[in-house]
Amino acid sequence: MTGRNLPPLSLHVPEPAFRPGDTVDFADFDMPVAGAVRRPPVDAGPAELRDMPYAMVRVLDDEGRAQGPWDPRLAPETLLKILRSMALTRAFDERLYRAQRQGKTSFYMKCTGEEATSVGAAHALDYDDMCFPSYRQQGLLIARDWPIVDMINQIYSNRADRLKGRQMPIMYSVRQASFFSISGNLTTQYPQAVGWAMASAARGDTRIAAAWCGEGSTAEGDFHSALTFAAVYRAPVILNVINNQWAISSFSGFAGAEATTFAARAIGYGIAGLRVDGNDALAVYAATQWAADRARNNHGPTLIEHFTYRAEGHSTSDDPTKYRSAEEGGKWPLGDPIARLKKHVVGLGIWDEERQAAMDLEVAELVKAAQKEAEKNGILQDGLKQSFDSMFEDVFEEMPWHLKEQSVQMHDERKAAGI
Amino acid sequence: MTEAPRTMNMIQAINSAIDVAMGRDDRIVVLGEDVGYFGGVFKATEGLQKRYGKTRVFDTPISECGIIGVAVGMATYGLRPVPEIQFADYIYPALDQLVSEAARLRYRSAGEYTAPITVRTPFGGGIFGGQTHSQSPEGIFTHVAGLKTVIPSNPYDAKGLLIAAIEDNDPVIFFEPKRIYNGPFDGHYDRPVQPWSKFAESAVPEGYYTVQLGKARVVREGNDVTVLAYGTMVHVAHSVIEETGIDAELIDLRTLVPLDIETVVESVRKTGRCMVVHEATKTSGFGAELSALVQEHCFHWLEAPVQRVTGWDTPYPHSLEWAYFPGPVRLTEAFKRVMQD
Repeated sequence: MTGRNLPPLSLHVPEPAFRPGDTVDFADFDMPVAGAVRRPPVDAGPAELRDMPYAMVRVLDDEGRAQGPWDPRLAPETLLKILRSMALTRAFDERLYRAQRQGKTSFYMKCTGEEATSVGAAHALDYDDMCFPSYRQQGLLIARDWPIVDMINQIYSNRADRLKGRQMPIMYSVRQASFFSISGNLTTQYPQAVGWAMASAARGDTRIAAAWCGEGSTAEGDFHSALTFAAVYRAPVILNVINNQWAISSFSGFAGAEATTFAARAIGYGIAGLRVDGNDALAVYAATQWAADRARNNHGPTLIEHFTYRAEGHSTSDDPTKYRSAEEGGKWPLGDPIARLKKHVVGLGIWDEERQAAMDLEVAELVKAAQKEAEKNGILQDGLKQSFDSMFEDVFEEMPWHLKEQSVQMHDERKAAGI
Repeated sequence: MTEAPRTMNMIQAINSAIDVAMGRDDRIVVLGEDVGYFGGVFKATEGLQKRYGKTRVFDTPISECGIIGVAVGMATYGLRPVPEIQFADYIYPALDQLVSEAARLRYRSAGEYTAPITVRTPFGGGIFGGQTHSQSPEGIFTHVAGLKTVIPSNPYDAKGLLIAAIEDNDPVIFFEPKRIYNGPFDGHYDRPVQPWSKFAESAVPEGYYTVQLGKARVVREGNDVTVLAYGTMVHVAHSVIEETGIDAELIDLRTLVPLDIETVVESVRKTGRCMVVHEATKTSGFGAELSALVQEHCFHWLEAPVQRVTGWDTPYPHSLEWAYFPGPVRLTEAFKRVMQD
């Protein structure tokens, strides 16, 4: 330490721009112009795409008009279906968040502000393309018209919960909708999605896979293993990073956002990378469609960073006012995905405020009715709803002696205790 | 399908098992570092890529987490992957994919998704591999609900157990005792290795057969003490039993999960004494589980405390390998302790 005529080293610890109480000013935010980014051909090699991860694909401008080469030119019914799926997702979140506050379940996670990143993507994929979601992609199931009642049964861990009350609320699994079982261990689904895609390719199938993770969990080793495998085998997979700026209380800087973009991770692996306005459903749709076309035509994987904002807390167990400015969400420069798409369809003359209000009411009523239906099967606070034997089922295909023994023991204990 | 046996060492038997399984079921794929063109550093997958093509047998990046994660995804698709982890010491980067994902997928999805993968990995010491090529991590996996743990001790069992593991619909960790790949090992490191061809267990049918998971094998019947072992230690124990002239009953467990409790209990109740032998470190090793099970099921029959013969609670030291290895000296002393009461 002494005797060396050198400046002392210093450690950089990232700090977000705004903390609670701070006035939020996004003046420095480099707001890319909608429609300005080129749309490369889907067979473009990674070397021709190196600028894309530093740009931002945007279609909808401030007036809600679709601009530039990424405009997917969707049919009116598709636009309205996307709008409705996003509205339904938000209504679902509102109601189930309240259900948690009412003590009907233990936990809930909203995706408010991020609806476009899953709903927009779902509409650009085929129904049998395999999705490996993280825990904030309820929009995928809703966009795939999976019954809301089934989702609520899972959240309530009630007797109709197909997962036998084993998973935390929102950890859905729906094989029929090509929706993989959600893990709480972050980014484990990434190499799994790549493996699924590799299998599909090896078998000469036509289906592709897609995975989602948060920007914070790109720091996990699985993320990097997955990108390596995806690149090496040119797996037909779309790897989505939802950059919603916050990983519980850690801002994106702790995952490396100060140094580069998350989309740019693709460059080092030699795969295609896109950075997309995640609050622009049309940009999300277009980017997903482009990546899906690449995958389907054996041009390999694409990493898509969806630049968005987590408008609510991480979960019902989180209080974001303790670590970020309350102004941040309201001043988010990329706006609200539902409001932006609504403005677009109104501008096209295929929608109006009255129909929007009616739809908002309709989806709220739909969720309310589904909730009532699900509550007939019980809510979490009703106590245990699954058969006790179910605890020992599905550990293995066939129950080995030690589990049978423990099952008998449990019954004996309960009997002895008079339960 | 069973044809006339031919002599095989354990590597050849494992190669034959994968070959036979792949020939019967085109969903089976083999992946891992060096397993394709080169045929594996131990040659366990030699010739398979040539026979089944590069989309069924292929090399992977050096990423154990990736290998197992990708295998789980492939299994989700409907394939039956047989990933290789080149040395069991390197399985730790894949631990989360094995423990949190493969092991629990069936349970957490209530059977919607399963991960029928068979992870092959050479384990154990005695080859001067130092502390990075010698460990025995089987105890870690037996502690995890949802994984099966299989360890063969000879060529015949290796082939039959491996085919059974590949056909099993649960994730299986298949530990291969690399010290006995080429021939049994009696614990006397200064003696020349005997090739498998001199032993009956090397008579391996070319075709299809299975050895049921969850069934132990009584290697040698006896009346004074029951010795529980698996892998390399079956041979070391066998040799010491012969040398000391003790009338011991030797049981090769073959699978740790599910364990053949009936065979264990029946034997210990007959002999009244029990000794557990494994190469892994002692504390919280599988020997602790076996001792506890014997206590629970055979307490009134026991005439002496259960003895554990294991590796020391240290990493595997390169230069002191034979002082670490539970060889004839440690076993002989344990026999004295277990027989003295």
